[in-house]
Amino acid sequence: MSTHSSRLAARLMVAPSVALLLVWMIVPLAMTLYYSFRLYRLISPDRTGWTGFTNYVWFFQSPDFWLAMGNTLVLVGGVLVITVTLGILIALLIDQPIKGQGVLRILVIAPFFVMPPVAASILENLFMHPQNGLFAAVSMALGYEPILFLQDYPMSSVIGIVSWEWLPFATLILLTSLQSLSSEQLEAAEMDGAGAFSRLRYIILPHMTRAITVVILIQTIFLLGIFGEIFTTTQGGPGSASTTLPYMIFKQAIAAKDIGRAAAGGIIAVILANIVAYFLMRGLGRNLDN
Amino acid sequence: MGKIELTKVRKSFGEVDVIPGIDLIIEDGEFVVFVGPSGCGKSTLLRLIAGLEDTTSGTIEIDGKDATNLPPAKRGLAMVFQSYALYPHMTVRKNIAFPLKMAGMDQAEQDKRVERAAKVLNLSNYLDRRPGQLSGGQRQRVAIGRAIVREPAAFLFDEPLSNLDAALRVGMRQEISELHQSLKTTMIYVTHDQVEAMTMADKIVVLNAGRIEQVGAPLELYNFPRNLFVAGFIGSPRMNFIEGAEAAKHNAQTIGIRPEHIAVGDGPWEGVVGLSEHLGSDSFLKVAVDGIGTLTVRAPGEVHAHHGDRIRLAPAGKIHRFDANGLAL
Amino acid sequence: MARAHSPRRKLLTTLAAWTVALIIFFPVLWMILTSFKTEPSAVAMPPEFLSADWTLENYAEVWARSDYPRFFWNSVVISVGSTLLGLLIAIPAAWAMAFVPGKKTKDLLMWMLSTKMMPAVAVMIPLYLLFLKFGLIDTRIGLVIALMLMNLPIIIWMLYTYFKEIPGEILEASRMDGASLWGEIVHVLTPMALPGIASTMLLNIILAWNEAFWTIVLTTTKAAPLSAFIASFSAPQGLFYAKLSAASAMAILPILILGWFSQKQLVRGLTFGAVK
Repeated sequence: MSTHSSRLAARLMVAPSVALLLVWMIVPLAMTLYYSFRLYRLISPDRTGWTGFTNYVWFFQSPDFWLAMGNTLVLVGGVLVITVTLGILIALLIDQPIKGQGVLRILVIAPFFVMPPVAASILENLFMHPQNGLFAAVSMALGYEPILFLQDYPMSSVIGIVSWEWLPFATLILLTSLQSLSSEQLEAAEMDGAGAFSRLRYIILPHMTRAITVVILIQTIFLLGIFGEIFTTTQGGPGSASTTLPYMIFKQAIAAKDIGRAAAGGIIAVILANIVAYFLMRGLGRNLDN
Repeated sequence: MGKIELTKVRKSFGEVDVIPGIDLIIEDGEFVVFVGPSGCGKSTLLRLIAGLEDTTSGTIEIDGKDATNLPPAKRGLAMVFQSYALYPHMTVRKNIAFPLKMAGMDQAEQDKRVERAAKVLNLSNYLDRRPGQLSGGQRQRVAIGRAIVREPAAFLFDEPLSNLDAALRVGMRQEISELHQSLKTTMIYVTHDQVEAMTMADKIVVLNAGRIEQVGAPLELYNFPRNLFVAGFIGSPRMNFIEGAEAAKHNAQTIGIRPEHIAVGDGPWEGVVGLSEHLGSDSFLKVAVDGIGTLTVRAPGEVHAHHGDRIRLAPAGKIHRFDANGLAL
Repeated sequence: MARAHSPRRKLLTTLAAWTVALIIFFPVLWMILTSFKTEPSAVAMPPEFLSADWTLENYAEVWARSDYPRFFWNSVVISVGSTLLGLLIAIPAAWAMAFVPGKKTKDLLMWMLSTKMMPAVAVMIPLYLLFLKFGLIDTRIGLVIALMLMNLPIIIWMLYTYFKEIPGEILEASRMDGASLWGEIVHVLTPMALPGIASTMLLNIILAWNEAFWTIVLTTTKAAPLSAFIASFSAPQGLFYAKLSAASAMAILPILILGWFSQKQLVRGLTFGAVK
């Protein structure tokens, strides 16, 4: 169905989207790149000039930087592992014949609709707070000292909060995929002598590969930029214990008011995101084809 | 009116020549069938005529006017698609009326034409249903209805019966033939099924690898295939081909003999029955003939030959002779 | 799975599944309960369930002390506006990529998605400056544009997926029937893709509603939506749990209810068609 005229029309119709996205991506990126080589501090606006790679060097020499890189990867990786694993288990459970499946789905999907600042502040205050939180109450009822979540386990706390937000997404997509598995395939496997575990390992999980791929791809896109949850809860602390790369950049821009450094950090973050994106698209693109 | 003339029509997708160059004249009122194995370019050729694909070079004339660069709607042709391509969100009535609505015809005339088409196609009781509520055969009729209301110069059919079950297919085949007899409009019909081609066509165009192998009336192709490809493609079961010493006796590289042209009984050939299929009216035997190879034989229904029996065979009809290039002698 | 299960097994799985579902839902439930308690009752140790002091005071107070209707209206305008604008731009693009695909179409789609991977923080300053320069800071139109661009790749992807499911033959048929490109899109494509367009719209309204970075960075007061409302609420109010919960409930309930009503369509859209 491709004639010359329809191909021309197609080009014209894609053009606005491509142009807008290009501008949306390139203009701020170019400006960031420019600032990253400039001395630009809001505290001393008179002193400007080219500084070469100074801003970048500062980042690479800062001990916080490597910590932040590590934290970013731990956050993305941790949330992925938790949501995919739990998502598979919960999907397997919900897919069983149970009473009230409709209402149950509504309950499970709810956290996905909660906006990040609300999710973070509710979990931080109502649950993780060492004096008034529900978790503290449980600890004390069992005769233990309350756990100082944000103080002692900042990264784990953030990962927990973000996982709660994303678990419904993973569960629902995996459940959808599970429901499309033909029961004949499972029955054939059973006739072939496969036990429950073998059926999971050789039939169900391979069938879900595509869904798992989608979950990883989409979540990574959103998780790399996680910011609000940290801002609301730990503010990157204590010290820099829960500072991720986006948060470190934010601190340079807002707290230190050093636009040049923040820009250099931004460029590093973009490069990091592109590396992750490249591997994701390559590795996962194969799974998504066909 | 619907005379279609293709001159040196070529179509390539990138580097690949799907159709290297075709000349063909389709006369007004003819029922022409394009037949060939899958991938032979028959559907592409139909889509070139429809205007759904651009020709790479060459010209397409419809009723003497150059239509090569006209958009599909301006060519005055109607098409019935393999999947019927009905609009699922419209009722049958709206489906059939859609081309009229697009042409800006007034409502009264639209209604009149739709009613008339529905009557011809036995769809009058289904006009307010949606395609999803119809059976396969009924959907097929709606697709045809949508084509006939436009009163096109020619109808194009792209394997229209391939989604129907066997019994329905025979019925629809006859309906389309009858439609052609009553409308007398040019029809171009694409299929891979040589039975459809033989039963429906005035003229068959046998295509292979984007080239026309032979054009002719059904019996002409059956009786005088121009080459090995046509000989093998037309006729069911397939023609037997024999090479070697037996062919040399007839001064040919290859000889061909149709299964229905071999008689069981006394004869020069002797062999063992491998497989025998008894259909009642006919029996198809696969016989491993000494010194020749396996031959398919179409014997009368009551022949009693079974696996392992040794029988004799005699040629009882035309023997086709082909040279080293596969051309008929 | 069409198999008979013993009633005991069904009871057990039902029990297990409901336990898990309630655990996942519990924070939302607890927040709603807390929002109806008095402040002392909200922080009481041990936590109070049935014995709590129930009140509607918190909602009244949040309503009185903040300009909730304005935040709410900003959220509606921004999320619906950015989604509609996005659809307007994305529908032709998705049509073209689904029905006239070229060799580069897959790469183009991947590239579009990859623009979403750019960390927002990295380009915060330049965008802020650009918005300042064009007078878009703290305007609803500014946020509509920003969120539209942010979600455009997702809108295109989802529409592309839905359009792909429409057989090309139907569009060819409409072309044979004399429909122009416009007629084809209006009479055939759009009605057939309507469910897909609707679910794309829903998901993007939700994404835009919950967006909490640009909405906070690019607004101060006039155009601030509910995400900014809640951010302002949790900060200076300290530990007023009940009021925080009430404000939170007011921020998320509209979208939670919309999401519940449309969850079936959402799930399909969310998977980008990669999972059937």
